[in-house]
Amino acid sequence: MTKPYTVIIGLEVHVQLLTRTKLFCRCSTTFGAPPNTQTCPVCIGMPGTLPVMNRAAFDLALKTAVALNCQIAPFTKWDRKQYYYPDLPKGYQISQYDLPFSHDGFLEISDPKNRFEAKKIGIIRAHLEEDAGKSIHDEVAGQADSRIDLNRAGTPLLEIVSQPDMRSAIEAKAYLSELKLLLTYLSVSDCNMQEGSLRVDANINLHVDTPAGKVATPIVEVKNMNSFRAVERAMEYEADRLWQEWQETQQRLGDVPKQTRGWDDVADVTRAQRHKEESSDYRYFPDPDLVPVRVSEAEIAAARQSLGELPADLRHRLERTHGIKPYDSDVMVSAGRGLVDYFVELAELCGDGKLASNWVQQDVMRTLNEQKIEIEQFSLRPPQLCALLKAIQEGQLDTSRAREVFIEMVASGKSAAEVMKAQGIEKVDENELVELCKELIAANPKIVADIRSGKLQAAGNLIGQAKKKNPNVHPGRLREIVIDLVGKM
Amino acid sequence: MSLLRHSAVELLAQLASGQTTSVALTEAYLGQIKQHDPQVKAFLRVDPQRALDRAAEIDQRRRQGEPIGRLAGLPVAIKDLLCTQGEPTTCASKMLEHFKPPYDATVIARLKAADAVLIGKTNMDEFAMGGSTENSAYQKTANPWDLARIPGGSSGGSAACIAAGMAAMAVGSDTGGSIRQPAGLCGVTGLKPTYGRVSRYGLVAFASSLDQIGPLARTAEDAAQLLEVLAGHDPLDSTSVNIPVPKYSQTVKQPLKNLRLGLVREHFGQGLDGEVEAAVRQAVEVYRSLGATVKDVSLPHARFGVATYYIIAPCEASSNLARYDGVHYGHRTDEKELLAGLAAERTALEAAGRHAEVDALDNPLVRMYRQSRAEGFGPEVKRRIMLGTYALSAGYYDAYYLKALKVRRLIRKDFDDAFQDVDLIVGPVTATTAFKLGEKINDPLSMYLVDLYTVSANLAGIGGIAFPCGFSAAGLPIGLQLQAPPFEEERLLRAAHMFQQATDWHRRYPALVS
Amino acid sequence: MSLTRQEVQKVSLLARLQLTPDELDLMTAQMGQIVAYVETLSELDTENVEPMAHAVEVANVFAADELRPSLDRAAALENAPHHDREFYLVPAVLGE
Repeated sequence: MTKPYTVIIGLEVHVQLLTRTKLFCRCSTTFGAPPNTQTCPVCIGMPGTLPVMNRAAFDLALKTAVALNCQIAPFTKWDRKQYYYPDLPKGYQISQYDLPFSHDGFLEISDPKNRFEAKKIGIIRAHLEEDAGKSIHDEVAGQADSRIDLNRAGTPLLEIVSQPDMRSAIEAKAYLSELKLLLTYLSVSDCNMQEGSLRVDANINLHVDTPAGKVATPIVEVKNMNSFRAVERAMEYEADRLWQEWQETQQRLGDVPKQTRGWDDVADVTRAQRHKEESSDYRYFPDPDLVPVRVSEAEIAAARQSLGELPADLRHRLERTHGIKPYDSDVMVSAGRGLVDYFVELAELCGDGKLASNWVQQDVMRTLNEQKIEIEQFSLRPPQLCALLKAIQEGQLDTSRAREVFIEMVASGKSAAEVMKAQGIEKVDENELVELCKELIAANPKIVADIRSGKLQAAGNLIGQAKKKNPNVHPGRLREIVIDLVGKM
Repeated sequence: MSLLRHSAVELLAQLASGQTTSVALTEAYLGQIKQHDPQVKAFLRVDPQRALDRAAEIDQRRRQGEPIGRLAGLPVAIKDLLCTQGEPTTCASKMLEHFKPPYDATVIARLKAADAVLIGKTNMDEFAMGGSTENSAYQKTANPWDLARIPGGSSGGSAACIAAGMAAMAVGSDTGGSIRQPAGLCGVTGLKPTYGRVSRYGLVAFASSLDQIGPLARTAEDAAQLLEVLAGHDPLDSTSVNIPVPKYSQTVKQPLKNLRLGLVREHFGQGLDGEVEAAVRQAVEVYRSLGATVKDVSLPHARFGVATYYIIAPCEASSNLARYDGVHYGHRTDEKELLAGLAAERTALEAAGRHAEVDALDNPLVRMYRQSRAEGFGPEVKRRIMLGTYALSAGYYDAYYLKALKVRRLIRKDFDDAFQDVDLIVGPVTATTAFKLGEKINDPLSMYLVDLYTVSANLAGIGGIAFPCGFSAAGLPIGLQLQAPPFEEERLLRAAHMFQQATDWHRRYPALVS
Repeated sequence: MSLTRQEVQKVSLLARLQLTPDELDLMTAQMGQIVAYVETLSELDTENVEPMAHAVEVANVFAADELRPSLDRAAALENAPHHDREFYLVPAVLGE
């Protein structure tokens, strides 16, 4: 089953930072505005205009870099990356070349399903740069003109370059999920891939086992992956393709120039993209219009202070304090800080982390999903839900009846007690239960015989009959009594 | 005496006292422009009605006792690389023939707020690249002292219009000497401020780390008035320095006591014209007579200034001018012709069986860029774009650009060392007086060497001033240059004013100023 | 070191300038001359010299993240050689 090669993946992620205005001018960064309505002389690159760095963009970038455990450079500068494209109005992109503001960090990933061991993915660097505008090409064979919208031009981007530390498509996806979660927790980006606020390029090659030792195959860059699922599939596809190619060509790293391939989400394949011979000569040089930035230890400390609890720490805390499993903490932490806060309040109120976790993950999250709302907008707050969980804990109702009550609470806005009263739910007296069990045992000798012969699941039939006679009976307790009585017979 | 011979400061006093009006003054300059600019060709555009309307409006406000700005009613000419909202700003380039910026440069906004009358946009070398104003795509400006000669450049139009009495003051820009050199050659006063003193926002960039806007005027006092309006921190320019602006217009009149002047040994070597050297040495004697002490100083790396400059400036220019691609503004080639031309090339290559070349043919977009830029830029601009692109390209960066940045540091250090011992450095602006139109146009390198005495100030980021200190036997002005430590514009202006109090070279007028 | 015509041609593509064969010849000669001149800098030992990219030693210049009005679309597009009142238009590019 083990393959005769190791997959090596590194990812370059671009995220748009959640600033009100662009990186070098004060135009809005709002997505979806009519074309060319969010531009000014600066982001159109008009003659004579000059860039001024957005403080908030730098602060968000700094915060992210600190959260990614990066070293922060005490001195950083801005460079021009020069190439011609119609959506790049100045003929250069302001970016960072040899002195990025942060470098050498890591992000820890783990898999609740244990498909890989928890590991640290190295971050080579994270740097700030401006986004380009959008080019809209004619779908039909390039007959019509291409159209250019500069609304996006100048939006702040953070480029996060990982080490080639991922060894499978699953790890690549886990890294992206963890990164997205971190960025969302930090409120530095909304990471919406559909709107392009998170973009991923991958570098992949194989280290093939040969009798002469490991051999690296040429590195391929894969672009156009529009979802995490697409990244996962593209990496799986490309690893297989690279293996085929190695078997056919035996080409090693350095034998051929780096190839760029695009992922075709419909056909489920990667395709080679046309290579531009001179495109790589970007003629970087320091932008004379922007001054360097010096970051003090105090500013780094302040950024660290502002981070709050990050997803990894939060997961550990939930597992430790509320006794839930890694899988459960992962689901809830991944659902966002608001949901975690909800869970923690509920767990503390009802004193049972597992019960709270089950209800939050199943009923609460399902309802949020159905109503397409965020936890903050959910009408049933933890104290109200806790009243229902208390009733369960006290045996007043079983889970399935509780679910009906929950649905009614959400629909009507009434309290647990009100709904239970309206539905005639009350705790059945213990003696009454015992009497009912005796009645049923007497009337169902065949089932009793089954139970006696060890088929305990046969008790379910009796419970069903009991619920018909009195819907308030607690099935768990009923089952205990039945088995107890039969055992004494 | 004709209004045209007065200094701006005198004219401001006359306006204030009611002795003259802005309309009268504007009419006088417009008359001079109408009569002589067909020969001098200092202006690219003048809108007489607009200027007169503005003058009338300011006159009225003055009459009604409303608050008015410090340059109220004074006609000021603008080098055509400063963006003026809704009005053409061409940089003397075909590329920007139809470009109307939707915004005002910061200095334009300041001039408007000071109630200056913007009388017209002046000619220049295309994108400020040149030292003779012959690189304008539209016209060649003549030196008002001798119409067969160049006025210097790149702010040749701004210098010539002051010399020719066509405006009270003018704004120019100086990247390697483009204010001081034409001021020197036209016999007017021109100041290049310290880098960061004046906002560059709205100045169409040539070389961003060297460009600086400054005043051209008849006298140091006039230049002080204008600089006080232009200077100051601007949040729109990250490289503009946030320190207070001295009251140049007031302090300019205070003579400097115990002034220590440095005479740069390296400035008096080979190539310096005898008449120029004599005039400069005579000027130094004037300062000595005013109580200054003079000593020799050395700027050992000065001779590398031109080479350093002609790496850094083209590198930055090649990048700054990348935006002119015919997509968002500026000239675009005829697309039908372009596509037809490409198709014809392809057919010809295919017919000749040159398939590799067919594959290497530009795609339509790339060809559109190349053709638009080929049509929009003149030869000097192309040369510098090519040089800069080459020097920044893979494999050459360290040898050229990085090397030049290091030498730049050495040049700056030379100045820092020299200013340990002296307050100002004094010397020539150029090695010769104005040369003939066409004389150097086919020899780029000899044209570049004209900047020998001026480029170092730009590389070091320090200020410098040029003003007349004599005339050649042929009647051409000779300029004197003073250079000061960073942000000592006040010292430059006071020293120049001292000199102008003791001499009258700055009050001489070419024949066409009656 | 002198520049070859081929090098200059390559630079002209990088610089997006179309040069006629005559212009290419002249450019090669003139650039060669200028490059030879600027190479005088190699005489200098700059081993331990910090490069000076800026004329002023200013750092940490920022603007607050406060919205300012954008240009009207008509004003933004006014200077464009070719637009459709919504977008800038350029000749189609295939495969890029």
